[in-house]
Amino acid sequence: MIIVNIAGLALIVLIVWWFWLYKPQSQALDQEDSVIVVENGVYQPAHIRIPPGQPATLRFLRKDASPCAEMVQFPALNISEQLPLNKTRSVQLPALEQGVYEFHCQMQMYRGQLHVSDL
Amino acid sequence: MNQAETPEAESTCAHSHTEEKPSRTRELLIDGAGCASCVSKIEHALQGVPGVGQAHMNFAERVVTVSGEATDAALVAAVEQAGYHARVMPGASSQDALQEKEQAERDYYRQRIREMILGLGLGVPLMLYGMVIGDMSINTAAQRMAWLVVGLLTLGVMVFAGRHFFIGAWQSLRHHSANMDTLIALGTGTAWVYSMVVVVFPEAVPEMARHVYFEATAMIIGLINLGLALELRARGKTSEAIKRLIGLQPKTARVIRDGEETDLPYEEVVQDDRIRVRPGEKIPVDGEVVEGHTSVDESMLTGEPMPVEKTSGDSVVAGTLNKTGSIVFVATRVGKDTALARIIGMVKQAQNSKPPIGRMADVISSYFVPVIMIIAVISALAWLNFGPDPALAFALVSATTVLIIACPCALGLATPMSVMVGVGKAAEAGVLIRNGESLQTASQITAMVLDKTGTITEGAPKVTDIRVVAGESEASVLGLAASLESGSEHPLAAAIVESARERNLQVGSVSRFNAVVGQGVEGELDGRHLLFGNEKLMAERQVDLGEFREQAQQLAAEAKTPMYLAVDQRLAAVIAVADPIKEDSVAAIKRLQQRGVRVIMLTGDNRATAEAIAHKVGIKEFVAEVKPEDKADKITALQAAGETVGMTGDGINDAPALAQANVGFAIGTGTDVAIESADITLMRGSLHGLADAIAVSRATLRNIKQNLFGAFIYNVVGVTFATGMLYPFFHVLLNPVVAGAAMAFSSVTVVTNANRLRLFKAQQH
Repeated sequence: MIIVNIAGLALIVLIVWWFWLYKPQSQALDQEDSVIVVENGVYQPAHIRIPPGQPATLRFLRKDASPCAEMVQFPALNISEQLPLNKTRSVQLPALEQGVYEFHCQMQMYRGQLHVSDL
Repeated sequence: MNQAETPEAESTCAHSHTEEKPSRTRELLIDGAGCASCVSKIEHALQGVPGVGQAHMNFAERVVTVSGEATDAALVAAVEQAGYHARVMPGASSQDALQEKEQAERDYYRQRIREMILGLGLGVPLMLYGMVIGDMSINTAAQRMAWLVVGLLTLGVMVFAGRHFFIGAWQSLRHHSANMDTLIALGTGTAWVYSMVVVVFPEAVPEMARHVYFEATAMIIGLINLGLALELRARGKTSEAIKRLIGLQPKTARVIRDGEETDLPYEEVVQDDRIRVRPGEKIPVDGEVVEGHTSVDESMLTGEPMPVEKTSGDSVVAGTLNKTGSIVFVATRVGKDTALARIIGMVKQAQNSKPPIGRMADVISSYFVPVIMIIAVISALAWLNFGPDPALAFALVSATTVLIIACPCALGLATPMSVMVGVGKAAEAGVLIRNGESLQTASQITAMVLDKTGTITEGAPKVTDIRVVAGESEASVLGLAASLESGSEHPLAAAIVESARERNLQVGSVSRFNAVVGQGVEGELDGRHLLFGNEKLMAERQVDLGEFREQAQQLAAEAKTPMYLAVDQRLAAVIAVADPIKEDSVAAIKRLQQRGVRVIMLTGDNRATAEAIAHKVGIKEFVAEVKPEDKADKITALQAAGETVGMTGDGINDAPALAQANVGFAIGTGTDVAIESADITLMRGSLHGLADAIAVSRATLRNIKQNLFGAFIYNVVGVTFATGMLYPFFHVLLNPVVAGAAMAFSSVTVVTNANRLRLFKAQQH
């Protein structure tokens, strides 16, 4: 039983680390060609880096027919955009200060982060 | 690059994101570009156009994508100048986009139903077998073989009907996030793996725990797919209002070019095109009537039930219905610029925004799934340590049930679904709500400040009385007053000038004109000094009013606005102007008061007139003789007293007060209003729109609270039951299949409750 309990506790620690403590690498966005694909419950890439102080355009391509994937929201920026299926949709971002800005679907099941920092 | 983006949607999106000019993306089809070197030349030419952000050409497709605020014509001209031909590719219309969306949803629905049939097709017989025979355990070799076959069939269900859960879960896990798929995949996967271990290695499991749960895996997959299909159906109803708005746009317009009438798609209509509309047809774009006479039903946009007469010079708006006559009009606003397109854009934006009340649910949602996973592990450990035999089976059932019953979707859907229906419902009543925050604040309004002119009254005052001193005539004093007021922008001035025009009086040219804010005007005409304004102005300039003061008070008591005319410091006349009260103002104000809203009237008028108007419409509190710049201070004072204040005005003179109020309501007449200017825009002039706005916002907030409470309680109670925490007291442990059914229907319940708002009747008058 001790082994089982230790394994259980280790699993809890793993959950906490994997979902909350681990900080994934963000991907610098190439303004020309990069597209954020919405598919299978995730944004790919989900962690995007853009430079501060200049407007940027994010292009989303939704391949996921689930209605959950239909909206992308940037709550801190008061931006909300409907994503058509199998089409790209651009979201214009204003010049932002350094920081991390969350984006997600309406139900927060699809989640991503916008890292505004020097590339 | 080959995917057409919708300029219409792009523009609405961009509008919400930038405070300045909207930026949008368009695609130009290039003709004459024969070599790859043309690419940089064309891109360079476009980037040189002021307002262009980016220009990127896909040479293979001869398509260049341009972003920025430059006009289409400027882009085409730049390409032409570079030696090529270009045309702007039409983007998909709202209607096309809607059709595509509906087709995708139909496909999604059918797919989920097929998966549901597959899951329940295996799960229901297995469950019935378990209930009737009651033996889901493995004791013999034959049973092992039979369950192995069932296990493989269940694997088939997982692959063909539940694949999307597992792929979604895996992708999320890889990206260090978790969602509903994670819970379903973990729950059903754990049940299947455990059952297969029992089948393949029975000796690895204590004898009492040799029980299979294949029916749970198949049933849960079937039920969750059913839930997703039903949720989609219910969601479809939440967007009915926007679909109706999009459906208002007729697909074609009969355009007269070079004397010939041609039916063209409405997207191809350009500014200054002449368009014919026959009785029974819808107006395709915004414009100004140049020929004919008709009545137009604008109720679909304004909520105003009476048709509006239209003749030469009158404006018409896209989506409204031409009733009686045939007209020709000149297009003034086309495509994304029409009032209808702007309304659709604004309603879409508002429907997708979230009121602050939803923020707590967002915070919970962001931690939800990992927390449920931890609870499942703790629950399993608790059963293994303290549970009765077979502890392993109990641990498995409780962990699986916890994973399955928890429903992050119900919590996540609670707010947006209600906002979607509520904002749409308001739009149907001619009330445009800017965003979720405005919606929430409108529901909390305790005090409503109404501007008098144009809000409570028609805003079109008329001269009713002229009292002159001995030696003066009505015509002469009206002529003098009109000469002075022709330079003023005050609504009362228009009444004086109009009255003089009706009497064909000569209006002279006034020199040294001066407007005394909140008091009146002065100037010189033919060497005489003219002073025209209220009692305060006369008192300041020490003009003796004599017996006319009493007459003026009497006029004011009749809700008229008396104004004095003094010529060379001597009183010449009292001219009274009255602004008729809108016929439904009394009933609408009563509706507000019945809802517990304190109604306060602000006016620049004198106290007696204000009192008379207030009395007529049933308002107990009013502030008279308020200068426009002081209105905002009055709002601040109310806020300091703890009130949540709504301010209603025409949006022009009242801008600071509208901005200061917790919610600013712009009251428009018809569709020709600056719909982006206020928190809430009332498309028609009636104050009933105000009562409707408050009623619908309160109903929506109530609905959100019900949803949030329901979703929260469901999860708390459901997860508590699922852990088996109550087992020691009642010896009841929740079955994973029941958990699957509860989870599947929890989000459907939330969406259905939001749909109840569709039955809400805004106009209860």
